[in-house]
Order: sequence, then structure tokens, then C-alpha cells
Amino acid sequence: MPNPTRIEINCETGVESIIELTDAEVAELTYQAELAAEKKAEEEAQAEANAVAKAALLDRLGITADEAKLLLA
Amino acid sequence: MPDTFELIASSTVGSGGAASIDFTSIPSTYTDLVLKLSARATSTNIDLKMNFNSITTGYSRRNLNGNGSTVTSSSASDAWIGPIDGSGQAANIFGNTEIYIPNYAGSTNKSYSIDSIVEDNASLAYAIFIAGLWSNTAAITSISLSALSGSLTFAQYSTAYLYGVKNA
Repeated sequence: MPNPTRIEINCETGVESIIELTDAEVAELTYQAELAAEKKAEEEAQAEANAVAKAALLDRLGITADEAKLLLA
Repeated sequence: MPDTFELIASSTVGSGGAASIDFTSIPSTYTDLVLKLSARATSTNIDLKMNFNSITTGYSRRNLNGNGSTVTSSSASDAWIGPIDGSGQAANIFGNTEIYIPNYAGSTNKSYSIDSIVEDNASLAYAIFIAGLWSNTAAITSISLSALSGSLTFAQYSTAYLYGVKNA
């Protein structure tokens, strides 16, 4: 299976080339994609934890989210 | 376009798609650069970055984001230039991005301004304004557009137009 390609436009000559990425470039992109997926999963987990904590706090205080916004305004 | 804008080079992505769009050997004879992008990704990964001279460091930005009901602001040390439409949005919709790079061939740090629009002909619409800085005094001789992280493929019919602006 061929590697993905990139487009390179030489502004001096006007020549446009379609260049296949090297195996090393593809490996780097794959690694970066894995890192990004891990980071996204962490952020989603943190957001979920924050939402749960917020709901618990509002419940403990006996107020709604809108009432909390009013207090903080 | 104003008379002072000259088209330097352009590209339209073909049926094979492209992992990046790279403008190289940019002449130093203009005052500023304007890059106009109309693009769509074939994936749900839709965030783009812009690198100068193949250098991936020294970038920072502050941005304003609006979605029609909420305005937010954030900043980061990266080369993000905004999102484009992708496979998560309605078909055949392309995001628009315009990048203005003043004094690109000078010997000071390079600032740039970006306005980016993404919508899906339904309920999603983002307007994003970015003030960016590349803390590098080298003249810009190449510009590369690619995924901010991981990989994405520019879809067929995505276009990029690079203009040079000559001050009077």
C-alpha cells in the first residue's frame, strides 16, 4: 500500500509535485496521532470527572447551575 | 483583489488527496503574503497547523472563537490556524481560512493574523480569529499546511492560493 502523498508547489518555478511521504514521516504521523488520541481521552475523562463533581456540588448546595452563575456574576 | 495583490502560486488537491500542502521557494520581493485556503478533510481530524521553513518550534497564538451563541478566547504555544470541515460535517462543505503575514521577508519575528470559518450547512458554525507569532527572525521562504496533530488528508478540490502584496 503506497504511503500518503503531499503537494509541494515551487513558487519560483511554478512546478507542482506530488511527493510520497517517507516511511519515517508516516511513522511519525502515526505516533503523533496516537499521542493526540491519548491526550483527547485524558481530556474527556477529566471533563467527565469535572461534570460529576460540579453536579455533586450543586446538589450539596441545593442550587441550580443558573443560580450558581447568578451568584458568580 | 486589489491591484497590489499578485498571485504567486496556487494548488488544487486532486483525487488522491494530500497530507500537506507546501509552498516552497517563496520569493522575497513582496512586502506581505496572503494565503487563502478553501479546504476539507477526509477525516474527523480537522485542525490545521502552519509551519514556516520546515521549522516546528517558536509558534504562539491567541484566538477568539464564536459559534453564534458563545464567545471564548484561548491561547497556546502552537501553530494552530483553525479547523476545516471534515467527515464529521455535512458533505461537500469546505472551510475558509485567510492568513495575512506582514513583512514575511524581514529580519524581525513574524506575526500573522488569521480568520477562519467552519460551518456544515446545518447547526454548526464557527468563526475563529487568531493572532499568531513565530518567534524567529528568518525570512519566510516556505509555508506548509498540515494536521495540527496526527494526520489528516486534504480532500479533493481543496484549494490554496498564495498571494504576494506589494506596498506602494
